[in-house]
Amino acid sequence: MPIFKKPQIEVRTSPHIARHQSVADIMLNVVLALLPILAYAVWLFGLSVIALTAVVMATCLGTERLFAYLSGRPNPLGDWSSTITALLLALTLPPGFPLWMAAVAGFVGIAMGKALFGGIGYNVFNPALIGRAFVQAAFPVSITTWAPGLFEGRFTSFIPTTFTPPFLSPPAIADWVKAVSLDGFSGATPLALQKFQHVQAPLNDLLIGSTAGSAGETPALLILVCGLYLAFRHMLDWRIPVAVMGGAVLTDLPFYLLDPVRYPDPLFVLTSGGLMLGAWFMASDMVGSPLTTRGVIIYGALIGFLTVIIRLFGGLTEGVMYAILLGNASTPLIDRYTQPKVFGTVRKKEESQ
Amino acid sequence: MGFLKPFLRASFRHGIHPDPHKGDTASRPIQRFPFPDRLVLHLDQNIGKPSLPIVKKGQEVVRGEPVAVADDFVSVPLHSPATGIVRGIELMPTARGPKTRAILIDVYHGSTQEVLYSVKRPLHILPRTDLLRAIQETGMVGLGGAAFPTHVKMTLPPGQEYEIHTLVVNGAECEPFLTTDHRVMLEQTEDLIRGVRYALEATEAKQAIIGIEDNKMDAVHAVAAAIEPDDPITVQAVPAKYPQGAEKMLIRSLLGLEVPPRALPASVGVVVSNVGTLAQLGYLLPRGEGLIERVITVTGAGIKRPGNYRVPIGTPIRFLLEEVGFEGEAAEIILGGPMMGMSASSLDTPVTKGMSGILVLNEKAIEQEAENIYPCIKCARCVQACPMYLNPSEMGQLAAKREYEQMESRFHLTDCFECGCCSYVCPSNIPLVQYFRIAKAMNREKAKA
Repeated sequence: MPIFKKPQIEVRTSPHIARHQSVADIMLNVVLALLPILAYAVWLFGLSVIALTAVVMATCLGTERLFAYLSGRPNPLGDWSSTITALLLALTLPPGFPLWMAAVAGFVGIAMGKALFGGIGYNVFNPALIGRAFVQAAFPVSITTWAPGLFEGRFTSFIPTTFTPPFLSPPAIADWVKAVSLDGFSGATPLALQKFQHVQAPLNDLLIGSTAGSAGETPALLILVCGLYLAFRHMLDWRIPVAVMGGAVLTDLPFYLLDPVRYPDPLFVLTSGGLMLGAWFMASDMVGSPLTTRGVIIYGALIGFLTVIIRLFGGLTEGVMYAILLGNASTPLIDRYTQPKVFGTVRKKEESQ
Repeated sequence: MGFLKPFLRASFRHGIHPDPHKGDTASRPIQRFPFPDRLVLHLDQNIGKPSLPIVKKGQEVVRGEPVAVADDFVSVPLHSPATGIVRGIELMPTARGPKTRAILIDVYHGSTQEVLYSVKRPLHILPRTDLLRAIQETGMVGLGGAAFPTHVKMTLPPGQEYEIHTLVVNGAECEPFLTTDHRVMLEQTEDLIRGVRYALEATEAKQAIIGIEDNKMDAVHAVAAAIEPDDPITVQAVPAKYPQGAEKMLIRSLLGLEVPPRALPASVGVVVSNVGTLAQLGYLLPRGEGLIERVITVTGAGIKRPGNYRVPIGTPIRFLLEEVGFEGEAAEIILGGPMMGMSASSLDTPVTKGMSGILVLNEKAIEQEAENIYPCIKCARCVQACPMYLNPSEMGQLAAKREYEQMESRFHLTDCFECGCCSYVCPSNIPLVQYFRIAKAMNREKAKA
């Protein structure tokens, strides 16, 4: 028997009503928006992507649950945030990424990217990108081994690298690639081709995603549609992806105008690599982005700028991941200098001038 | 979006769009309420000094007779809403919590609705100071909820060099569920315009703008039709958005002026008064009567006859709910609107001058609030909602750590007027405005010590 009976009327302080949209609602909608991209990735790469997603999902959710248990917090899986992390991580890994390495990425992402900071809301960096950055440094070859999309037998067999035994290096797949791909697949991403050979992939291929790349980063058009769904439901601040894309285009444009052969055109910048996925689903992560409109625009533009600078002048072909992580890192600083101006103070300033 | 401006109604920035819930009562005409057996007149129902009682236990009073006088400039008299006998002056429960002194009046059975006491004045020849005194003697306070004495509001703070150019008449009624101002504008249009004319005289403002939310276009048209051509009065529709009825927000919407932090509207040359207040003033002043009743919206789950009622001040809400027929389980009874109103802790709490509605919420309506509090995910919805452009997100995190002074020194805590937009939108269920109230109280305590 409870000591206190239920009160007849409750006494609270205002407001007495609230909008019925919780953190879980928002996160669940992000999950829903990512599902079409996952489905498309499965269609492109088959069973390997299913296995990859399953392993990443299991490790991410398991790690989240484990750390919550160890620190005595209630089961956090209901807020769907670790599901988002798992989906994003799976979509940003190469489709044939060895499963044991994917498990490492999932564990590191949640453990070091989120749990150590205190769980949802307290993480500084996007956990999925922490996981990916870790495996990028740890397994530089595997993370740049690409499989051709729509290869023959993708629904009956796996990409040979998928089932690499733990702590072993994956087999070379050049021969396998030659055997299964129809049109002389080079194993290079459009970004690498552009950077080193100045060959630009056709825009159509980039939009529908039939180019080499991570499992879910290639279909630029589909990602855009899914992102717009979230923006229209007010579950994503549209200013962030727009600022990222704007920043990238404005940074690239002068270079392209100077030397159109050497440097990519702005449309290529937008549709290639992980820019779309990063702009709409990772940079826009609420926890790691600033609070005010001004802050968000600075943050987005910074990510777009850094992405293009890394792509054009860095050693790597792709810069979205590090750009977003750097953006996350500068969020507290941006927040500090873009505090909203209190109502009535702006007017005063204008008057005194 | 600048090119759209001519097509959009000017408004303040940020704010929220709660479900208005006004359909149940908006079309119901104001009905007169019967007298309860006993009236409870709190002496401190206005902002400022409590009224000073001038009646004794056992004394007979008639409807409209003063039972307490203003004890100071910032104070108002109280009038007996019914004919009856003074039962005593006792401590009675208030909506705020603590019991305070109130005059209890036992109403005679069959007490007349006719007002038996009045002091008529030749209003058209009164100088401004006497007009202000006449306003004070009606016992008038802001009926929108603040209960600030009306005559004080219309008097300029001494020693200030402001010049009042505009009287803003607040007909926004942005709180969900409430429809009293709406009905008053429709049914007491003449009184309202008369009241606006008195207020123009009292404030010496050059013009008056009546701002009404655009979900009440019938009121906009009714009020516009009642204005004489030589009146310096205009009506302006403003977008329905909470908290449009907050003084500073409405001034910004109508005039594009922002009142500086911690300053009064007078600092930008504006006085704001509620339509309910001015309509009542326009009714009482020519008759020389005092404020003894007010219009209240009674609505919510389980109310059999929701509507707008003209209720004697001092009617206990227990009697009120019995009369309108209340059935079912109430989970919460709110005095005022759901965004800024107070929970009633006792059914013996009486109707006061500043109470604009009684709203009953059941279990289902407040279910959401009982859920867990999640960590802040920095979604910035509170920042996008705050009409004062504060940072509720950061303040909320500081409040959780009890860093109340930092909230003030770094994030302008005192500029929060507790509209509740931040708590309303928070997907993590963080009681932000509730935190801020505690923080303000703690800072006040510390300042005193």
